[in-house]
Amino acid sequence: MKIYDLIIIGAGPAGITAGVYAARQKLDFLVISLDIGGQAAWSGDIENYTGYQFITGPELVQKFQEHMLQYGPLLKENEEVLELEKSGSVVRLKTNKADYQSRTVIIASGKKSRELGVTGEKEFKNRGLTYCATCDGPLFAGKDVAVIGGGNSALDAALQLVKIAKQIYIINNTAGLSGDAILHRKIEEAGNTRILNNSSVVAVLGEKFVKGVKIKTLNQEEELAVQGVFVEIGLVPNSEFAKGIAENSQNEIIVDAHNQTNISGIFAAGDVTDVPEKQIIIAAGEGSKALLSASHYLSKNNF
Amino acid sequence: MAKTVKVYSTSTCPWCTRAKQFLKENNIEFQNLDVSGDQLAADEMMAKTGQMGVPVIDIDGEIIIGFDKERIKLALGI
Repeated sequence: MKIYDLIIIGAGPAGITAGVYAARQKLDFLVISLDIGGQAAWSGDIENYTGYQFITGPELVQKFQEHMLQYGPLLKENEEVLELEKSGSVVRLKTNKADYQSRTVIIASGKKSRELGVTGEKEFKNRGLTYCATCDGPLFAGKDVAVIGGGNSALDAALQLVKIAKQIYIINNTAGLSGDAILHRKIEEAGNTRILNNSSVVAVLGEKFVKGVKIKTLNQEEELAVQGVFVEIGLVPNSEFAKGIAENSQNEIIVDAHNQTNISGIFAAGDVTDVPEKQIIIAAGEGSKALLSASHYLSKNNF
Repeated sequence: MAKTVKVYSTSTCPWCTRAKQFLKENNIEFQNLDVSGDQLAADEMMAKTGQMGVPVIDIDGEIIIGFDKERIKLALGI
C-alpha cells in the first residue's frame, strides 16, 4: 500500500492552511474530510480575520478552498476517518471508504454541535429541530421557536431569529445567561424574546414536525408550543477515532507548542486540540505550525 | 435531454451555496427556490421530503436531501 508523507484529517481553517503549506513544500499528501470549512462554513459575519474587515463564513471558506485547490492536492470529501493507529514508523488510517498509510498525520477535525440527548431529538432533527440557526433560521418566519442554551452561540442564534420568528424562548439551564453583556442587552431590547432560566429540555414533542418542547424549571414541568427548536449547547471535539492519543477532560487532543501529540508523527491543530481560544485565525495559524512540525519530523527521520 | 433541476435553498446556508456552485460548474441549469422568502416553495419542499433541512435538490422528481455530490452526479448522469 502506498505510504503518503502526510494525511490531513479535516478541511476547516486548520486543515486547509496545513494543506496550503504542505502543497508549497511539495509533500506527497492527502486531505480527508467530511466537509469543507468546518464550523467556519456555518459562521455568520466574520469581522476579525486579518485582511478582511467584513466577510461571511461561507465566503471565507470559499477563499480558503480556492487557495488550497489551486495547488491541486488530493482531497477526499465526504469521507470519515474511523480508526487511526501508529504501527512502526507509519500511521494506518481506516475511513468509511478505504484504508491509508502515512508517515505523518495532522488531526484537524474540529468540533461539532453537542446534542441534547433527550427523547425526540433524533426523530425531529431537520423536522423542526436544528443545530444551525444561520442555515435554517429563515425557514421559521413568523413561527414560535425555542433556543436551547445560554452562552454566546445561543444568544447569537436568538439574535438571528428575532427578526424572523414571532416569539423566541431561550431555555437556559443555569440561573442566568452566560454570554456577552452586549448580546444580553440586544436580546432584551428585541421585545419578542422570553428567557427561561434554570430550565432544561426534557423532550422534543411533535408528530411529523416539531410541535413543542417539554421543559423542566426547578422541578416544575411544562410544555411550550413551538415549531422550531435550535440546539446551541456548545461543542464537542471530533476526536472519537483518535484512540490512544492523549486528551484532556473535554476530549480535546493535547498538543505541545509544536502541535505534537503524545504519539510521534501524529500532530493536531485547531479546535480539536486543547489550544486556548477557538478562533478561525488561531486555527489557521495552528494548522501552519502543525505542518511545519510535521515537515521537520519528516526530514529529521529522513523520510 | 436536459433534466429539470430544482434547488430548494436559503441564502444563508453554506451547503446550498456549494450545491448551486457545483451545478454551475457542471453547466447544469436549475431553478433556485428560496424557501425563506417563498412560503409556497417551503411547503412544497416539506411535502416532498417530510423535513425542513436545506438544500433539497429535485432532479426530474428524484429527491436528494443535502449536498450529496455522488447522488447528484448519478441522478444527472455526469
